Amino acid sequence: MYTFSNRLKIGSIILMAVGLLGIIGGFVMAPSTVEEAKAMVASHDDGHGEEAAHAESSDHGAATAHEEGHDASHDEHLLHQLQNKPWAALYVAAFFFMMISLGVLAFYAIQRAAQAGWSPLLFRVMEGITAYLVPGGIVVFVILLLSALHMNHLFVWMDADIVAHDEIIQAKSGYLNPTFFLIRAVIFLGGWIAYREYSRKLSLRQDESTDDSNFKLNFRISAGFLVFYLISESIMSWDWIMSVDPHWFSTLFGWYIFASMFVSGITVIALVTIYLKSKGYLKDVNDSHLHDLAKFMFGISIFWTYLWFSQFMLIWYSNIPEEVTYYVTRIEDYKLPFFGMVAMNFLFPILLLMNSDFKRVNWFVVMAGVVILAGHYMDIFNAIMPATVGDQWYIGIPEISAILFFAGFFIYWVFRALSKVPLQPKRNPFIEESKHFHY
Amino acid sequence: MASKVIHAFYDDDDILMLAVKKVKAAKHHIDEVYCPFPVHGLDKAMGLEPTRLAITAFLYGCVGLGVATLMMNYIMIEDWPQDIGGKPSFSYLENMPAFVPIMFELTVFFAAHLMVITFYLRSRLWPFKKAENPDVRTTDDHFLMEIEIHGNEQELKNLLADTGAVEINITEKNSH
Repeated sequence: MYTFSNRLKIGSIILMAVGLLGIIGGFVMAPSTVEEAKAMVASHDDGHGEEAAHAESSDHGAATAHEEGHDASHDEHLLHQLQNKPWAALYVAAFFFMMISLGVLAFYAIQRAAQAGWSPLLFRVMEGITAYLVPGGIVVFVILLLSALHMNHLFVWMDADIVAHDEIIQAKSGYLNPTFFLIRAVIFLGGWIAYREYSRKLSLRQDESTDDSNFKLNFRISAGFLVFYLISESIMSWDWIMSVDPHWFSTLFGWYIFASMFVSGITVIALVTIYLKSKGYLKDVNDSHLHDLAKFMFGISIFWTYLWFSQFMLIWYSNIPEEVTYYVTRIEDYKLPFFGMVAMNFLFPILLLMNSDFKRVNWFVVMAGVVILAGHYMDIFNAIMPATVGDQWYIGIPEISAILFFAGFFIYWVFRALSKVPLQPKRNPFIEESKHFHY
Repeated sequence: MASKVIHAFYDDDDILMLAVKKVKAAKHHIDEVYCPFPVHGLDKAMGLEPTRLAITAFLYGCVGLGVATLMMNYIMIEDWPQDIGGKPSFSYLENMPAFVPIMFELTVFFAAHLMVITFYLRSRLWPFKKAENPDVRTTDDHFLMEIEIHGNEQELKNLLADTGAVEINITEKNSH
């Protein structure tokens, strides 16, 4: 039995407290009037402010009522972007940590459906991480609900005024409307959580039973869940991420987000396993198990890059205005996070984890894992921020606080779940094979 | 130079693995084991050095990447620049995304083919080569362990018989 150490518990509570303060601070500091927003931007970049003032004065002679109207709407837009910033920061972090546990759930279901022999020793670790899907999913749902109630402007297509002047969104409104959006969210989250809870129950019951009927039932529902998951995850990625840019679309977006959540999830399984082993638990987990997880981290990182590049190259090459604007925005306003993310998610893992022996060295896997997680946070950041805050992004108090809060919440919930049942399944039919797993 | 070798036959890979471990524990040098299929973990049990084929594969991949870059730079930028889809080919870097599939494919192509050729050379395999395995049964259902004899014939025979060998022969062998 694992006991949730006090140090870790206090550490996670401190993370949550500090993060919560920062999140509240982010909301308090957000401007409430156009004047405040302009003052904030002016104080942020003095050099640019002067330049802009200079340009303004030279244009002054030619100023018309039309241009003044344009300026005013520009300032209004700036205000909305800055008001969106704490919400977007909260949403990115909430989604990122929910995505980790959802990725682990998919990995777990694949192990179950494939009747994998190497992984049963890690099932309790995976079940512990997927426990976060319940509170994490509810938090994401609450943010989506608040968006639908117009508490924020993360999703522009929820704004009736904008839709009234936008024929493209009008054409999509049969699908993209707040009611159907929330119904889909309930169905998806409900399906994922229901599978997670039922599979966990069967997994625990298998330990006490005298035959393998629970195991077999778990196999069947896992195969069924994977079908549901593939469809729901794809639609979820359109709804919760792609629709912040309602004019833009990409047909492989679901796969792309799947690769992100899958590699993040596997990385967290490896990190939690290494942590538990360093504390003396999971005695039967050997370095071949770690090797396999690191192979997955390596392979799925390349898979993610493949999808990222496939999406990028087709749009870059065809250069169709309504498509390419997505990347123009990112390359102009987000150069560092956009290309930095590719280095973190591709170059770093490929060079660090290519050597077979390095995949068995704990600190190598931890180092690669931390960079992969940071890189995939940036991935979600790059997907949400350009449409919600435009060029007003920076990694400041709201972003870091939201990460700290959800990291603390994640650690607290996951390790609390891990401490509830023995870390090693007893009666899994493949447990002996898993114990003797040898690469 | 001819030398005397002992050939021990086994008909099961698990028994073979145990036998290899026993022979190694008794501090004898195993010259070679001939198998009808690869036996997992046999190289480690025999104490063979890990293969360096992976390192050559990485280097070949780098060569492929370099060839692709130079080739596409010559063909598409220097020799005959074209304007494809509003993207004039005047700079390799700015047109790089279009060349990534080629860079990737040639990396894989070079790594795979040169690695296979290296493997053949290193294993001394070429067309019409005469088989080196001392007994045809090692291509069917028997495993053969070969140990050189240094005046300890009886001791080796007893040891190998203990390990579950189904047949033990002593032969002369011409070393290559």
